[in-house]
Amino acid sequence: MYVAAANASARAAGIAPGMRVSAAQALVEMLVVRLRNVTAEQEAAARLAAWSGQYTSQVTLVSSNTLLLEVAGSEKLFGDLPALMARVRKELAGLGYTAQLALAPTPLAATWLARAGRECCLTDYGPLFRELAELPLTSLGLAPEREALLTGLGLRTLVDCLRLPRDGIARRAGRETLEALDRAFGRQPDPRAAFVLPERFHARLELPAPVDNSQALLFPLHRLLLELAGFLEARGVGAATLEFELRAFRAEPMRLSFKLLTPSRDASHLVALVRERLERFELTAPVEEVQLNVDALQPLGAQPLDFFERAQAPEELRAQLVERLQARLGREAVQGIVSCADHRPERAWRYVAPGTETEETVCGQRPVWLLPAPLPLAPRAGQLYLHGTLALEPERERIESGWWDDAEAARDYFIARAEDGRRLWVFRDLRDRERWFLQGIFA
Amino acid sequence: MSLQEVLQRPDVWRGGYAPSVAATESGFEALDDLLPGSGWPHGALTELQCAQEGIGELRLLLPTLARLSRGDRWVAMVAPPYIPYAPALAAAGIDLSRLLLVHPRQGADHWWALENSLRAGACSAVLAWVGRAEASHLRRLQLAAEAGDCMGFLFQRQAVVGSPAALRLNLSAAGPNALNVQVVKRRGGWPTGPVRLEVDRALAMSASSRVSTRNSYARRA
Repeated sequence: MYVAAANASARAAGIAPGMRVSAAQALVEMLVVRLRNVTAEQEAAARLAAWSGQYTSQVTLVSSNTLLLEVAGSEKLFGDLPALMARVRKELAGLGYTAQLALAPTPLAATWLARAGRECCLTDYGPLFRELAELPLTSLGLAPEREALLTGLGLRTLVDCLRLPRDGIARRAGRETLEALDRAFGRQPDPRAAFVLPERFHARLELPAPVDNSQALLFPLHRLLLELAGFLEARGVGAATLEFELRAFRAEPMRLSFKLLTPSRDASHLVALVRERLERFELTAPVEEVQLNVDALQPLGAQPLDFFERAQAPEELRAQLVERLQARLGREAVQGIVSCADHRPERAWRYVAPGTETEETVCGQRPVWLLPAPLPLAPRAGQLYLHGTLALEPERERIESGWWDDAEAARDYFIARAEDGRRLWVFRDLRDRERWFLQGIFA
Repeated sequence: MSLQEVLQRPDVWRGGYAPSVAATESGFEALDDLLPGSGWPHGALTELQCAQEGIGELRLLLPTLARLSRGDRWVAMVAPPYIPYAPALAAAGIDLSRLLLVHPRQGADHWWALENSLRAGACSAVLAWVGRAEASHLRRLQLAAEAGDCMGFLFQRQAVVGSPAALRLNLSAAGPNALNVQVVKRRGGWPTGPVRLEVDRALAMSASSRVSTRNSYARRA
């Protein structure tokens, strides 16, 4: 087995890529070795390609560690090109990747410059020639024997190659090398196939160590949500259902699902919802891998951009508040009410989802507060009593209704005044031995 | 030094001069005359102390809530003591599709829900019955109300010592359908009142304006 990559402290100890693992372990005693997972690298590269679709519609996945973004068309939207590069670098760091970025007029030149670690932002062919000329021969990516041949000829950098006659290079290094040089310097066109965005979002993140604290899961879930936000931006849609799957070793996977009232692609809002839910979430086993699946993508309404400030639409603000409250308190703790057409007062209303339109109904004078269940009143000395005697006002309302279902009601309603000034809504139940009940308070 | 220059100095306070405050009319003229800005202050907390429920404390707010519910932000009620009765609120002119009821179960959640509703900028008014409040809680809520440009109405049984609320009113019963309102604290002025308000009069105005548009329903006995 050979070393494919080493971190900074391993390199400081003398471990270099290409070394045998046994040799590396001989150099450093407590060496942590992980197997390279090529499939995971390819999946991550595909997800990153989808994520970078928010900057441009032309993304090419060259290999599992190289991505090409065609940004000439994005310059106006993102400010100038150096600003765009800085933003991409910062957001990649937020996702947990370190990257070498280079900008050049041709795709191959950009690939070579980035791989060589020369982070430059070139827009003209003159500076491009100067930068490319200094690149070492290894940038060409030739087969070892051909590279050995050219090095044997005394060629060290690309400019040395360019000084040779063209048919000479073609014979010694192959026709494809000549074509590559032409494409890199812009003498020949280099069309690339665009990466096709997937229909659904599936992302997996393996955690470096098992996590048994639900709060600590926020960090990897945050990263997944940032990738999701980029993907949604690239596709121009929003997500209304998020499914998180938390996998543990030898245990049932735990699921966290979110249903949003309106589709959203605002990363900060989604992170806030996840944070609230995680505070209440109990982990049954240490989590080793987290997955995010978003299958239902819905179109997001286009929002006009203000010249000065991007204000959120009022319905978005309202929906976000309801979602945040429901994420922490539970769905049934945040509700709206509507009135229903029924003469029986306890059925003339019901709980609904917030924001539901109500139908108009007609009724007499009604109290603002209703008790959850009518409270029986025990009379004292022939008068109604509740923390003091109650005096009844002369007007009464008789409600007889509900013969068609089991909750038939026949009641005489009165407004009662208490000694301390309160106004109460009481009724005498005509079907229940003329007992008196309190049902509402006029607040 | 001329008189004008003296009056311009920041350390001179002119009696009877109320600072201009963004406010919404309460619908009761006698109360508006006492309040700075002639109404309930925007982006601030109003503390309503009433020892008993049912004396008209909610009906005091109904005209304002009716107007606010016609806008595009929520009118939220956090932890109401009883069920808000939809037909009565609709008759008062409140658009029920803008009413949001929040019922937190645990104690700490009350404060979290209240603070978030005030701060989010998605509510024009939040009414809360959250129990005993400390002055430090109210300070945070006051800042949240400013951040979200929201009117917070806190109903308390007892006065909170050192409360930073912008407006504090003490409500007591004054006979059937009437309320005595005492202004315990207001910005830019000293305590005043009590003023007697007929709470059903404003209600009757909005109810009658609705009845005139409904002429296709038969009135029930």
